[in-house]
Amino acid sequence: MQERIRSRAIALLESGACDRVLGWKAGEFFYDVTPAVFTTPEQVGKEFVWGPFCGANLSKYLIQESRKGGKVAAFLKPCDSYSFVQLLKEHRIWRENTYIVGVPCQGMCDIDAIRGQGFKGILSVTEEGEDLEVDTLYGCRAMPRREALAERCLCCKSRKIVLCDERLGPDGEENPNVRFEEVKRLEAMTPQQRYDFWRGELSRCIRCNACRNVCPACSCEKCVFDNPSSGAENKAAADSFEENLFHIIRAFHVAGRCTDCGECSRVCPQHIPLHLLNRKLIQDMNTLYGTYQAGADLDTRPPLVSYTPEDPEPSVVGTIGGRA
Amino acid sequence: MKKLPISQLPALFAHISQGQKLYIPADVGGVPQFALWQPGMEMTRSLNTARSAKDLFFPQVENMVNFKVTGKQIDVVESRDPGEDFVLFGVRACDCRSFDILDSVFLDAPEDTYYKTRRDHATVITLGCTEPEETCFCTAMGIDPTTPGGDASGWIAEDTLYLQAHTPKGEALLDSLPMLQAAQSEAVEAARQQLRAVLDRLPLKELPLEGFTQERMMTLFHSPKWKSLSESCLGCGSCTFVCPTCQCYDIRDFDDGRQIRRYRCWDSCMYSDFTCMSAGQPRPTQMERFRQRFMHKLVYYPANHQGVFGCVGCGRCLQKCPIHMNIVKVAKALGEEIQ
Repeated sequence: MQERIRSRAIALLESGACDRVLGWKAGEFFYDVTPAVFTTPEQVGKEFVWGPFCGANLSKYLIQESRKGGKVAAFLKPCDSYSFVQLLKEHRIWRENTYIVGVPCQGMCDIDAIRGQGFKGILSVTEEGEDLEVDTLYGCRAMPRREALAERCLCCKSRKIVLCDERLGPDGEENPNVRFEEVKRLEAMTPQQRYDFWRGELSRCIRCNACRNVCPACSCEKCVFDNPSSGAENKAAADSFEENLFHIIRAFHVAGRCTDCGECSRVCPQHIPLHLLNRKLIQDMNTLYGTYQAGADLDTRPPLVSYTPEDPEPSVVGTIGGRA
Repeated sequence: MKKLPISQLPALFAHISQGQKLYIPADVGGVPQFALWQPGMEMTRSLNTARSAKDLFFPQVENMVNFKVTGKQIDVVESRDPGEDFVLFGVRACDCRSFDILDSVFLDAPEDTYYKTRRDHATVITLGCTEPEETCFCTAMGIDPTTPGGDASGWIAEDTLYLQAHTPKGEALLDSLPMLQAAQSEAVEAARQQLRAVLDRLPLKELPLEGFTQERMMTLFHSPKWKSLSESCLGCGSCTFVCPTCQCYDIRDFDDGRQIRRYRCWDSCMYSDFTCMSAGQPRPTQMERFRQRFMHKLVYYPANHQGVFGCVGCGRCLQKCPIHMNIVKVAKALGEEIQ
């Protein structure tokens, strides 16, 4: 597949159909791939990579790239394509300056999942059927490929590319409901257990803002938490509960727009399962307002911005209204 | 040199923590962190913690002083943490070197008394590495992990922990631990040899750093490569917050209506309001902010500190950057250019 992608990228640049190509650039190791913009066929031939560690979602970069003039070609995986459509829907990407090549995906590996299997000093990983052969400074050992997959890929909602100008392979299947297992586990807890779970997980937050900055739904030009004039600038929280609230507020802010791409959890240096907050909200919205998938198409109105008199009022506001 | 069977580590930890607080690298919520030792807590098997050991001396947030306003009177209320003795066990050579770098900043005149209080109260026991990660490059930064430093050093060989004091503080601590037995140094020497053999095979053992000199400062500053190196940077603070040597902070007032709490918190040169002044932001785009981080570590700091780099090669930024851009890639890209 890497060769096919490279040759498409080179052809798009050589024919003048596109001025720039957005893809993934090789790093020092096999796994430390960086999103990058390529402008010459030589660069593409030398540095463009595609493989099981190209997990980074490229769609958010198109907000800036599509405004730079000229045309940018972007190679998007199925989950990236949902983010792309959602950003189009929010008028954040200039569609006419983009050319989308859909790339089929078999699920992305997570180097930390491999490290979690006890591997140290990892030098290379080769795919051998259903297994990964992991070569390290301390010897070589195999592990099942499935156990190296990112959590979001193990319960992939869809292998369908929802919008593109061309695709490099057939669409895979959609499995929108397999991802709610973990949500159900949390729902089965008592409120105190759930509170303790989240307090524990969120206590590790170092407020590096990686989750927010990588999130395609967090595309404000200036976040209120970064804006000294907003009155809400929050470089340090007054206490740990305020710190925790940041994530809950963010989950509410992106509710209905979050496509569940899982980037928030991928980038968290402290391995906080942030995506579960979003997923819980997705499931609740599905239950209350009917199934809705953000980024699945350009036309459907999101449930939280389309009022109907039949809308349920699921909160205490609905139950007790103004009566205290 | 002294020794202790690994099986007796819990007894060692329990004894230390009778007299003072003890922090060890342990898995907390599945993530390796320096944590306050409690009975039952075991050392992590991970090489390094997710956050660095600098947290113990330079916490992410700390209160400096409070102000109480009554009518026209403002009272200054001391709110600093007075500090207490503690032992920091299991620090790797890279993190131990980071304390020297932090010292050169915070203990230089005018001395930072908040930082100094914690440093004075601490006894640092380092731990020799046995299985370095592929992301390790401390040797490229001039660190010898076979002699990890601190007030005392530990090495694990087979099922024994060996300890060697380097300072009076370290000696006093080791002398206070009755379970330690006198030991010869052969096993440690063998462990060092083994480690050297691994270091020799590390993929990042050497980096092209010769050209990062004061003379080339402006050439490096104006390099066209900064644009492409920084183009996919998300502008988050992961690299700076997990970095053992990043020491920038902000001081703010939190006014709750009754009193003002003056606190300081980590800042990140990656953030849009970093060093923002009334005249505006001197580093208007991510390119300038990104450049600041690496110029500081690879050029400005060594220019002011006899050529010592402001990086200890712990590899945390290599593992934690969401887009895998890091000091190694920067050093290689610029190092090639200026050679």
